[in-house]
Amino acid sequence: MINAILDSSFFGLVLTCTAWCLGCWIQKRTGLFLLNPLVIAVALILVVLVAFDIPYSDYNQGGAIVTLMLGPVTGVLALNIYHQRTLLKEYFFPVLAGCLAGVLSSVASILLLCRLLAMDSAITASLLPKSVTTAIAVAISGASGGIQSITVAAVLVAGAVGSIFAPLFARLFYITDPVAEGIAIGACSHALGTAKAMEIGQLQGAMSSISLCICGIMTSLLVLIL
Amino acid sequence: MNIMGEIAVIFGVCLLSEGISALLPIPFPASVISMLVLLALLLSGVVKDRHIRRVCGFFTGSMAFFFIPSCVGILEHVDTLSSCLLPFLLVCIITTPLVYLVTAWVVQLMMGYRKRRSESHD
Repeated sequence: MINAILDSSFFGLVLTCTAWCLGCWIQKRTGLFLLNPLVIAVALILVVLVAFDIPYSDYNQGGAIVTLMLGPVTGVLALNIYHQRTLLKEYFFPVLAGCLAGVLSSVASILLLCRLLAMDSAITASLLPKSVTTAIAVAISGASGGIQSITVAAVLVAGAVGSIFAPLFARLFYITDPVAEGIAIGACSHALGTAKAMEIGQLQGAMSSISLCICGIMTSLLVLIL
Repeated sequence: MNIMGEIAVIFGVCLLSEGISALLPIPFPASVISMLVLLALLLSGVVKDRHIRRVCGFFTGSMAFFFIPSCVGILEHVDTLSSCLLPFLLVCIITTPLVYLVTAWVVQLMMGYRKRRSESHD
């Protein structure tokens, strides 16, 4: 019976959904930002797999179905841009210039640091898209020979750093313009940062969601050229 | 629209994008293409907001959920990551404020320029 259960795609699906719900519940109870549902869910699943010595391939029969949905998840970000089209039109050039600067500085600084730290090329390829939203980052990393799970981890760290310290960054770097603040948050810490930007202000949140989409597109083009 | 109809629209866009991606000479991610295709459909009015609202809400409402299996995949790469954990964290933590600094200042300078220009026009 155990084998039949492990062989079923439902095993991975049930484990993933249950772990996610537990993660949401734990965050609600503790209110700690660092204990976000994704981190908790992944930790719980890892514990289950390691404790019962279940191979990743068994889990991933169901997991792959969830991963397949990353395509539509990225696609529907278009609705986000569509809803913000009037703002995008109004601030077209600042948005474009800001995103371009963000993407270039991100890719250049990562390349430079990886070179300095003598990281191997697969790790460098996994880190390059770390500032953009996970769905796009994973696709870029896969296309350029990176390791997708390392990319996901890097994206998470970048998102957490940005969403915890975004208000501090604004004070530290003397950023007073709300449009600049929103675009910068979206450029450096994608969707996790955007959630924070929406707390800071409506304009910041809207600019941040525009910026995360545009930076995603620009990064995928830039990484291809490299 | 019927919920299955909404799903058909979104999955259809993804399927079309996979096809476009295969035609392109460069390995451009199909998911990014699907975002552009859907945006074009929305802007041209072929697909309306109300045609896809519920499915979009479902996907963006718990976006992080869909990343769980890819994250768990780290189990297969523990050796690679643990051999470079410190540089990995260093790169992630140093570059994030740097990107914020550069982006925010570029936009802030341009917004300041726009404001000065519109004031001088008044």
